[in-house]
Order: sequence, then structure tokens, then C-alpha cells
Amino acid sequence: MVWLYLILGIPFLFAFLVPVLHKRFTPRIHTGWFVLWIPLLIFGILLSTVPTISSGGIIDLSLPWIPAYDINITLFIDGLSLIFGLLISGVGFLVILYSIYYLSQHKEALHNFYIYLLLFMGAMLGVVLSDNIFALYVFWEMTSISSFLLIAYWFEREKSRSGARKSLLITVFGGLAMLAGFILLTMMTDTYSIRGMIHNLGGIHSHTLFLPAMVLILIGAFTKSAQFPFSIWLPDAMEAPTPVSAYLHSATMVKAGIYLVARLTPIFGGGGVWFWLVTGIGLVTLFYGSFNAIRQTDLKALLAYSTISQLGLIMSLLGLGSAGLAPEAGNAQAAYALAIFTALFHLVNHSTFKGCLFMVVGIIDHETGTRDIRKLGGLMHIMPISFTLALIGCLSMAGLPPFNGFLSKELFFTAVLNASEISVVIPVVAWLASVLTFVYSLIMVFKTFTGQPRVKSGKQAHEAPLGMLIPPMVLAALVVLLFFFPNVLVHYVLAPAWAAVLPSLAQANLLTVHVSPWHGVTPELLMTLGVIILGGTLYKTLKKWVKLYRTYPQILTLNHIYETALELMESLSLSLTKRYMTGSLRDYLIYILSFIVVAVGGALVLAQGIAFDPSHDAALSIYELALLAGMVVCAIAVLLAETRLAAVIAVGALGFLVVFFFVLFRAPDLALTQLVVETITTVLFLLCFYHLPKLKKETTPLPSKVVNGLLSLAVGLVMTLVALSANGNPLPESIAGYYENAYELAGAKNIVNAILVDFRGFDTMLEILVLSMAGLGVYTLIKLRMAGGKENERS
Amino acid sequence: MAIVIGILFTIGTYLILSKTLLRIILGTSIIGHGVNLLILTMGGLKKGGPPLLGLKESLFTDPLPQALLLTAIVINFATTALFLVLSYRTYKVLGTDDLEELRGCDDE
Repeated sequence: MVWLYLILGIPFLFAFLVPVLHKRFTPRIHTGWFVLWIPLLIFGILLSTVPTISSGGIIDLSLPWIPAYDINITLFIDGLSLIFGLLISGVGFLVILYSIYYLSQHKEALHNFYIYLLLFMGAMLGVVLSDNIFALYVFWEMTSISSFLLIAYWFEREKSRSGARKSLLITVFGGLAMLAGFILLTMMTDTYSIRGMIHNLGGIHSHTLFLPAMVLILIGAFTKSAQFPFSIWLPDAMEAPTPVSAYLHSATMVKAGIYLVARLTPIFGGGGVWFWLVTGIGLVTLFYGSFNAIRQTDLKALLAYSTISQLGLIMSLLGLGSAGLAPEAGNAQAAYALAIFTALFHLVNHSTFKGCLFMVVGIIDHETGTRDIRKLGGLMHIMPISFTLALIGCLSMAGLPPFNGFLSKELFFTAVLNASEISVVIPVVAWLASVLTFVYSLIMVFKTFTGQPRVKSGKQAHEAPLGMLIPPMVLAALVVLLFFFPNVLVHYVLAPAWAAVLPSLAQANLLTVHVSPWHGVTPELLMTLGVIILGGTLYKTLKKWVKLYRTYPQILTLNHIYETALELMESLSLSLTKRYMTGSLRDYLIYILSFIVVAVGGALVLAQGIAFDPSHDAALSIYELALLAGMVVCAIAVLLAETRLAAVIAVGALGFLVVFFFVLFRAPDLALTQLVVETITTVLFLLCFYHLPKLKKETTPLPSKVVNGLLSLAVGLVMTLVALSANGNPLPESIAGYYENAYELAGAKNIVNAILVDFRGFDTMLEILVLSMAGLGVYTLIKLRMAGGKENERS
Repeated sequence: MAIVIGILFTIGTYLILSKTLLRIILGTSIIGHGVNLLILTMGGLKKGGPPLLGLKESLFTDPLPQALLLTAIVINFATTALFLVLSYRTYKVLGTDDLEELRGCDDE
């Protein structure tokens, strides 16, 4: 079974080989041919597991990665993973085949393209095959990064870069929120394995962290799957090469969020919040996407909004289906659960027809040189095969028979009609969105392929080469096949996936479905007829009401809000930095000192540490009083001194008074050192001040003098309080008694010196180092003249 | 004692908030004195003999703060000397000792 790890490993490993092959065989052989076999192999391996999965089994392998933290690379295949795995590898194969004909082997940097694509494929497979939640997150972010690289594939274009940046910002924002949600989830369930979480749910629904975890994880899923209002990155991601758009932004990556929601439904589903969040956002996205798709003039942008809308549809179905888990659903459980099945079914259908449509648009772009609907027209006779493919794709997207979109749309209507017991709004919105879907599907086919070509492009339009047509043909064939034989797929793949999303209902044998195109005259069929009639009318009268879009104010679009928010954040942080980073030392000192005052003073007050206890204090003698008075006088003299000489002398005097103080307090060594040091310092001052300018009168304006004064007073006050309170509070006994053994232990009678060189000799050594460094520094400063200094030098 | 230390801190702080380099160095010097006295005071100012074992006294002043202080004084001296020379060089090269005029660089 270990060879199953090939699925995860091969895309990454082969990515290393791509540049070598590219260098060796370009331009003789297109690099894509070397890559083509990988998705095919993975597809084959996954197909070989179908019998196991469809009979209810699972495949579960685990490779330790960080075993100490219980983080493993897991390979877990059940029905849900299998669907996604098959989609990723199957569409991946077709997309690579398509890209071989789409990208020129002479002009493009193909090795980059295939490395990114393989990286993406591996990461995406990792997302859907991981059971360990942190491994899932790692792969999740890898899809974000590889998607970023792929969108900006033509990095010399400004629009590609901005599109890539936008998608990265939004999806990584969601990814990080999701990580936080995952962490909360693991805290609640005490396991990193998703299956483990489903097993020991316990009373998770009443846990306080339940709601935050749910919301955070949903943000991750919604950003990735381009749900409202995070959908704005998807249309901008259309700057990527078309194979990338077809693969990432229709079939795989945007479905990662869908996968996550489906995967976690057994954990979160059943509650009202989950139901309304997922269903509500899904419906809003469905309507928003289909509404906006109509006004697009770029085919890829139209498809992007259509993708958003279809993803919203799938998401809302997942939400509706979660109602089946609610205990109060009772007999209706099976009916609600059908919505989950529909979501999975439409997921497959959407991947087929949307991939096909993107490839057709790529062909049109490739053969005519434009994707603008206003410039295209009358291609039906020139490109009959592309036209057929586009027709199949669009009609399936619109939900017409005989295509698979019809089946899932009917099931969708069934699901929303079931939900009308919860709210009548749901079917109404869904129906309106379907009408709009119908309209833009018609626009896509008929504006492009019928009528007259409005603008002659530089190229002589003609049918694409066969190799480019094969992949969309395969997909279109699937679209039709799935309509006529849906139950093969249902039986082998969808049913186990359905059971994986709703394990509790699967055990109760509630999940049975038989998809057939004809149910008789049902409300769903009538709804579809209504869609066709109203949609057709709307399309006919398109010119009259499309102006309506122009009345919608530009300011309220999501893109505008996003841009403004980005600009605002940048300018705000810039002005904030400019305001407090003034470059003036005084300002920074004020910040630091005020912080000290507030922190230390605040701590003193809060801890009620202010205590005066004069009983420990020794009595002051008259000498001490006189000395202290002298010190104060000297200090004030420094403050008031008008000439530099007076200031220097006053500081010197202060130093000598300190010497006397040391004498008075029985510290002979200190007194000696202080005396010498003070003398040298004063001499240094005198040496320097000869070269320094005259002490100028402070020209500071009065307000800042007041600030300075108040701040200094506050600092002094706080220090005084600290000093007083330290003595006033009870302290442990000093360890000084131990050092009185200096003679026995160190053979010295001078205790201070014994401490310096014996007990705590390390301090002294480093102090010597400080002194040497200062000496070297002084020497360097005086001696070393770097270039540039000389011109400014003054004698 | 504590009050005098407070006054020294006040004046030192006021000086380092000024614009002239020399005043700032004097300010740090005064704060240095304040800190030294604070360390000594915290060790307790009770009377006793100097910490020399030969003097046959029964009670000594605490020797540990004194040792700490000795280190502090030397380091203080080293940094003050370095700063002085630095300010001297600053003035030589840039022609001013006013901090407000020393502001700004090309990166801003």
C-alpha cells in the first residue's frame, strides 16, 4: 500500500527534474510531454481504489513527520477525497495536454510553468488526501503560493502582478484565519485527525470555542472558494494563462473551500449558525456572481463570475444539506441530506463544463487574438467544433437537457423547495439566480459565435489544432455522458462521498438516490421552464435593460472598497510612523521616560508598594546633611550655569562631594576610585570643552520647557518613591555576612577587593574589557578619518 | 538620602532633554552619580566599620554594594570618556552641537 504515497510524492519530486529536462530538450520537445504522465498515473492509482471505496472501505496510511507533536503526513482516501482526487488528476491531465498546444515552446518559460503546476497539483492532492489537520493546512498554503506564482506567470505585465497580489492577500488572510480555527478545533477535540474529531465530538456544540472556530474556518473556506465578499480576487486572477484559469480557478483550487466545508460538515453541521452562514453566503454569492456575469465584456471575466456563482450554488447546497444533521429535522432528514448529494453531483458537473468552457475561450483567444465579446462574433462557421463545445458547456451551465447541468439543477431546485419550509426566500433567490445564469450562458454562446464579426482582428481566425480541441472534447463528452448514465458515477463515486459527508445518516441507511432525467411533471420541471421563458425574454431585451448596470455606483463595488481600504491602511500607517518617528532625540527620550514613569509609578500605586518605614533608617548626622545640601547646590548650579566652564566645574564639585560621601559611609576603596575618576573626567571635560562651542542659552520654547520640567520632576519623584519604599518594605537578610569569611576563603582582609577579584572576578574581567573597548573607541574616533569627513572638518 | 537622589535624577533628566550635546553628557554624569548613591543607599546606611578585616570591628558596612559600585564607576567613566570624544568629533565634523540641527537623514 505504501506505493500509494506516490500520489503525494511524485508531483513534488518530478518538479525538480523539470528544469533539467527543459534545458536538455528545448526546443525539440515540448516540456509538457514529460509532465503529462504524472496526473495520468495518479488518476490510474486513484481509479484502482474505487472498488474498495465504493464497497464502503477506506484507505488510511500515515507517515510520521513531526511525531513528537503528533503531526503526520497522512494519506486518507474515502469517497469525498476520491472525488476530489479524481477531479484534480483527471482535469490536470487534460489541462496539461491542452497547455502543450496552448503555450509556445519557443517563447515561454515552460519550466517555470510546469514546476508551478506540479507544485500546485501536489499541494491540492495533499489538501484533499490529508487527515491530519496541520498537514492539510500546510498543503492549503502551498496551493495559495503556487496559485500566486501561476497567476503572475507573465510577470512583466502589471495586471498579472496586481491580480496575483490580490489573490495572495485574500487567500492567505483566509488561510491564517483557518489555522486559528483549526487550533481552536484541536483544543476542543484533543486530536489532530479529522476522523478522530468526528469520532469524539462529545458536547462540542455547547463548547465556548465552538462558534469562533466555526467562523474562522469558514472565513478560510470562503476566501479560497471566492464566496461573497471575498470573491473579488477570482476575476482578477484571470490574467493567468488560460490552462491555469481552467484548472485552478474553475475545477480545483476554488473547490478547496467546498471540500473543507463538506469535510467538516459532520463536525459543525446541524446547528443553526452553520446552516445560515453557509447557505446564506452561498445564496448571496450565487446571486451576486450571476448578476455580475451578465455585464462582463471579457469572456474570461464572465466565466470567472459564473464560477463564483456556481460555487455559491454548491456552497448553499452544502448548507441546506447540513439541516439533515439537525436532530429536529426528524423525518425530513433524508430529504435535506439530498442537498449534499446534489452539491457533490454539481461539483463534478461544474468541473466538467467549466473546464471545457475555459478551454474554448482559450482557443478563441488563441485563434482570434481577443477575448472581448464586443469584438467577437460570427465564429460559428469558422470554428464549428469550438462552437459545439461552447454550446454544450453553456447549455449545461444554464441547466438544460440533455446535459448534466440539467440533472444537478433539477436536484438543486428540489433541495431549495425542501428548504422553503425553513424560509421562502431561499427558492426565490435560487430561481432568480438561475434565470440570470441562463441569460449569461446565452450571451456567451450567441454573442461570440453568431452574427457578424464586428472588428477584424489581425489574425485570420481559423479552427484550432486537434490537440488543443481534444481536452475540451473529452470534457464535453463527459457532460453528455453524465446526463445519460449518471448512475454509474453515482454508484461508484458519489454515494461513498455522500456517506463520508454524512456518516451518521449513512449508518441509518437514509442515503439512497436514483438520478434520472425524467421525473414526470414536477414543480422542479416547471421552475426550469420558467427559467427558460424568462431568461429567453431577458436575453432578447438585453439591450434595453443592460444600461441598468451603469446606474450602479462605482463606489459601492467590492473592488473599490478593497482598493480604498488598502490605500487607507498604507497612508494611515505611513502618517502614523511619520508622526511619532520624528528623528529628534528629545522626543524619543520623552517617550521612554514617560513610559518609565507610568510603568514604574503605576506598578507602585497598583501594588500598593508605597510604604515608608523610617525605623530601619539610620539617623542623619550633621556632616551628612551638609554634604547633601552641597550636592543639591552643585546640581542646581549645573542646571543654571550659563558658561560651559561653570557647568563643568559644578559637575566636578558634585563628584568630589560624592567622594566625601563615600568616605563618610566607610567605603575607602570607592572614595579612592571616585576621586581619581572624577579628576580624570573633569580633565577630559576641560580638554574637550576647549574645542566645543560656547554653551548657548537654551532656545527651547516655553511649553517644551514645561514638559521637560514636569517630566524630570516626575522621574525624580518616582525614583524617590522607589528608593523610600524599597527600604520601607521587608527585605530578606543580606548575604553580606558570607563575605566576612574573606580571609579564610580568599586570604584577603579587604573584603571589597576580595569580592572584586575573587568572589565575583568575572565582573571585573568584563569591566576591564569595557575600559579597553572605550579606550580603543576613543583612539579610533580621534585617529580614523574616513573619506567624506575631511571636507567638513574644521580646525 | 532618597530625596537628594530624586533631585539628582530630576536635574539629570532635565539636562538630557535639552538640545546641547554637552548638557546631555553632564546630565548623564549627574544621573550616574544618582544611581551610584542609590545603590549605596539600598545597601543600608547603618553605621559600621569599613569592610576591612584587620580593624577588629564587630560590625561592617555591606561590602557587596561597594564592589558593585566600584565596577559601575569604572564603566561609567569609560562611557563618559567615549561620549565626550564622540561629541567632540561630532562637532568637528558636522559643525554643530545642537541636536535639533543633527536631525534627519537621506533615508527619510
